[in-house]
Amino acid sequence: MTLSVIMLALVLTGAIAWWAERHWQGSAKWLSLLGLTLLATVFAVFITSANHDFAQLQVLTRVMWIATFNIEYSIAIDQLSILLIALTWLLAIICVLISWREIKHKVGFYYFNLLLTVAGIIGVFIAVDLFLFFFFWEVMLLPMTAIIAIWGHENRRFAALKFFIFTQVSSLLMLVAIIGFAYFHLLQTGLLSFYYLDWRALPMPLAMSQYLMLGFFIAFAVKLPSVPVHTWLPDAHTQAPTAGSVLLAGVLLKTGAYGLIRFVIFLFPEASVQFAPVAATLAVVSILYGAKMAFAQQDFKRLIAYSSISHMGFVMLALFAFNSMAYQGAIVTMVAHGLSSAALFCLAGMIYQRIHSRSLIAMGGFWRSAPRMGGFTLAFACAAFGLPGLGNFIGEFLILVGVFQVQAEFAIVAALALVASAVYGMVLFQGSFQGPAKCEVIDLQRREVAICSALLLLLLLLGCYPTLLLKFSFGG
Amino acid sequence: MLLASVMLYPLLSFLFLVSFAKKLSWPTVATISVASIGLSALASGLLVWQLSASDNQLLTVTLWHWFDLNSHSGSSAVNIGFYLDGLSGVMISVVTGVGFLIHLFAAIYMKADKNFARFMAYMNLFIFAMLILVLADNLVLLYLGWEGVGLCSFLLIGFWYQEKSNVLAARKAFIVTRVGDTSMAIALFLLFSTFGTLDIELLSSVLPVINGADTDAVLDDKLYWIALLLLGGAVGKSAQLPLQTWLPDAMAGPTPVSALIHAATMVTAGVYLIARLHHVFLLTPEVMHYIAWLGAITLLLAGVAALAQNDIKRVLAYSTMSQIGYMMLALGAGAWSAGAFHLMTHAFFKALLFLTAGSIIYALHHQQNLFKMGGLLQKAPFESALFIIGLICLMALPGSSGFFSKEAIIAQLWSSDTAGPMLWWCAILGALLTSLYSCRLFFLGFLGRARFSAPIQAEKHILLRAALVALAILSLLGGLIPLELSLVFPNSVVLASKNEPSWLHTVAILTPFIGILAAWLYFKPYRLASSDNKQVLGMHNGKLAQFCQQGLGFDSVYNTFIVQPYMWLAKRNKNDIFDQIMMLNTWYVGLWHDAIIMVQNGSLRWYLAAFGIAILLLTGVILL
Amino acid sequence: MTTIPLFHVLILSSLLFVIGFIGVVARKNTLFILMSLEVMLNAVGVAFIGAGSVWQQADGQVMFILILTLAAAEVAAGLALLIRMQKRYHSLDIDLLNRMKG
Repeated sequence: MTLSVIMLALVLTGAIAWWAERHWQGSAKWLSLLGLTLLATVFAVFITSANHDFAQLQVLTRVMWIATFNIEYSIAIDQLSILLIALTWLLAIICVLISWREIKHKVGFYYFNLLLTVAGIIGVFIAVDLFLFFFFWEVMLLPMTAIIAIWGHENRRFAALKFFIFTQVSSLLMLVAIIGFAYFHLLQTGLLSFYYLDWRALPMPLAMSQYLMLGFFIAFAVKLPSVPVHTWLPDAHTQAPTAGSVLLAGVLLKTGAYGLIRFVIFLFPEASVQFAPVAATLAVVSILYGAKMAFAQQDFKRLIAYSSISHMGFVMLALFAFNSMAYQGAIVTMVAHGLSSAALFCLAGMIYQRIHSRSLIAMGGFWRSAPRMGGFTLAFACAAFGLPGLGNFIGEFLILVGVFQVQAEFAIVAALALVASAVYGMVLFQGSFQGPAKCEVIDLQRREVAICSALLLLLLLLGCYPTLLLKFSFGG
Repeated sequence: MLLASVMLYPLLSFLFLVSFAKKLSWPTVATISVASIGLSALASGLLVWQLSASDNQLLTVTLWHWFDLNSHSGSSAVNIGFYLDGLSGVMISVVTGVGFLIHLFAAIYMKADKNFARFMAYMNLFIFAMLILVLADNLVLLYLGWEGVGLCSFLLIGFWYQEKSNVLAARKAFIVTRVGDTSMAIALFLLFSTFGTLDIELLSSVLPVINGADTDAVLDDKLYWIALLLLGGAVGKSAQLPLQTWLPDAMAGPTPVSALIHAATMVTAGVYLIARLHHVFLLTPEVMHYIAWLGAITLLLAGVAALAQNDIKRVLAYSTMSQIGYMMLALGAGAWSAGAFHLMTHAFFKALLFLTAGSIIYALHHQQNLFKMGGLLQKAPFESALFIIGLICLMALPGSSGFFSKEAIIAQLWSSDTAGPMLWWCAILGALLTSLYSCRLFFLGFLGRARFSAPIQAEKHILLRAALVALAILSLLGGLIPLELSLVFPNSVVLASKNEPSWLHTVAILTPFIGILAAWLYFKPYRLASSDNKQVLGMHNGKLAQFCQQGLGFDSVYNTFIVQPYMWLAKRNKNDIFDQIMMLNTWYVGLWHDAIIMVQNGSLRWYLAAFGIAILLLTGVILL
Repeated sequence: MTTIPLFHVLILSSLLFVIGFIGVVARKNTLFILMSLEVMLNAVGVAFIGAGSVWQQADGQVMFILILTLAAAEVAAGLALLIRMQKRYHSLDIDLLNRMKG
């Protein structure tokens, strides 16, 4: 019940912030920040006070919603969803902080959209009725599109449309698969059901499950994203406002990974095993192709966007290796990539605010005037190319060791990305901060230093003491 | 806990300097950064003493549990833990001892730089990472240090980041070594999936058991690949063929960096890695053989390249490559202790050479070109004396530290199973080359008449000179330091001289002198060069000389076959082919849109005509 | 008196209708289009009258009067529009009115 209230409160906070901004300028950001922190605390208290370790999926609420189709409002959490929700809270707060000065028009509506997206994301992580899941999936999408389309950069309409169409078409496939599954349930048991745990209990012939799995897989692969359906991401990331990019890279991509774990692998274990070679190949191609494309970019944000494709390729590779270590690595990578790419997008936003350009050609030699910014960029670029001691390394290392035990060839080819990622990392850092100074920039302000150092500390903690994360069992 | 504190000091100093870089004055920064390394050096001295006193010659400490690696057979913990034995004892002494002296030198040498605090912070971070590398008790932690020193090397090469060439040199160094690192990472995966652990001590205990059992072909094959991939990592870091191209360019960094990272410590990490995992290599004689050959070839090629360099630092860089070639040769021949010994003495005299070269460069107003030096023997006698000491060690003239270590290597080559007479001759030829290029360097820089006009402005700070003198003493007497590594390398493959010809040692000792004699005669123009001697430059314009000067063509080969294709691919596909395929859908929809719009032309008469035709057709269809 | 066969009447009516239709489609001047429209209406009228006389029923004639009325109303509205059009575009070219272009 608490979780539903939290989600509702998020939407309400957003609405109040929208309303308040009309009457008192500048109140929306404070309200959103306050609301998010408060609700995050409530969430933390709720989780810690629960006398349950959430190793297995713990159903919290089950209420009939649309009785005709036996659709329920049912939510449940386990450690995986708790972890991702925690990441969502953190990044949502950072999103508010990073938008502090950046958003100038329709401020109230902006925060409303932001909070609505966060609510939708949290909903996605906790819904266990597939129809409800689909509902939240769409809830999360619409305000995100609005954020890109209204507050984005020069080519925002196009990017928002592209994002919307890709996600819509793919989620249509998922809807078909959901209805197909529910109908199959009806045929087998005489009862229409959208309930996740019912579905897991349902035996299914392989041929049938292959088709249904494909529907889910495509939807999540688009979200993840994986080559060849990744092409919405560079545009959306590049054009979105900073907070939009942070939320997109930090959490929205993780909903794809979450979906792959929760729905593809757990609902269709056999079909996934059969499908694994294809998925792993796609993943490896994503890893290398993303890294190669990142190298070719001259747009700061676009480069990070392509590097995200590369990193999420690691996650997909790990998930389809069916190895516990690779799986742990995937979890760590999800969190670490959430932090590091969010940080890089924040820095991109900070640079954009200063020089009004995202082009690496316009950058160079910033280190002289902004050493703190340079230090942070270097640290996060290092995280991105997997420097040991930072979180991403643990994730990638576990993934590669795990995958190596199962399919050595895939791990070896994926390991080539270590070189390729260093190459784009160098381009990113050296292109912007080294070389002859193109112009002077103001160094980071206190608020910005706070954001960056919080993220860096978390990455360091994750890199040096990953036990915090690894002790979760994540339900097998 | 003392073991952990060795690396704590540099880390604390780094954190402090990074946090308050802009607000600190020179004395504070210098004191903190140098003192932290000094403390480390003291601690490591204490540790080495403790080590020799302890029973099993082993000290370990585990700080915390890092993560677990699970295999089919069970899980193996990876800890943040450290492990000190004879080999790592040598390494930490070198790293902190030489590191301390270089820090001392750097604190004065870099005094005027605006970013002095940042420089010292990087140096401290480097020492921290290097200590982790050599003390790590498992290969993952070693990899952390390994990447850490790579990062510091990158940062320090690109320290003067406003120069485009420095930036590119830094990038090159990082990426080329990263290629080796990737090979090493794959080796780790393979090691783990084969043996189920990455703990160095556990590995060494697992391996002989396997060796004792009937060796099966699959395991042999795996071991072969593990050793080869590890060698790949070592080759990248230690600037051996074929990944050596980054080292000469790395000289773009400040001179203390070249001394610390690119001569004394980091580049020997590859040697350390192989020595550390000698258990693995002992099981794969073929790979040992490759190492020996790789070392020998690098030794010769680098020696040849050093003969053609103009830049004093680049001569020393190639000389470093060549000396590490010796170490590799020693490792390949199974002369583990000799390799480690040469690593240590080389650290002393190469640091001395680099630092002295730095002083000279500074005194000549940042002039690095040998052809613009000359006559320094009179103008800067103190530096010259030190440089001569360094060169004597480099040439391994009897009595110097280089002599002891190099002779130790050469003596074991002939009868080694994995080396043999061929490689012995390579080593002798290498020694000849070494004395040739050393003499050439000396003649050009120190003899003849001065070819520069600006007055010398030597830095005479007492601490700077003290650091140099300390290094000179170490270089001269370092050969007398007893290295007790028999516990680390128990099963050395080298058998005591079996049917060795009696003239071996004589030849080995005489070679440097022959080299000096040859140089004396051949490089006569250099020796007597005056300010307007065209002959000096004339010797240098041959095609061959240029080829050698540019590093024997490796760079251009890599450029043509790897860098350019990758750049081309990146450039051609800048717009993402998949995106373009996806956008075909848009184009297709647009096409239909256009087609339909054409019908909707807004002209009533057209609508009416269409209407009429349609009725006609419909009636026709209905009627017929 | 020989009765004209219905078939002939229908041929005449169809011809008139087609002539009118072609006039509507081919003419650019709106005035002529209106006139062609009249021709088409009258073509229908001829068909009604022909049919009425063949079956000896008054419906055909009633229909024709209805069409006449309609035509008169249509001409009134049409001419009013024509005047507006002349005022606005200074031309009676029907192709100027293509705001519905997609």
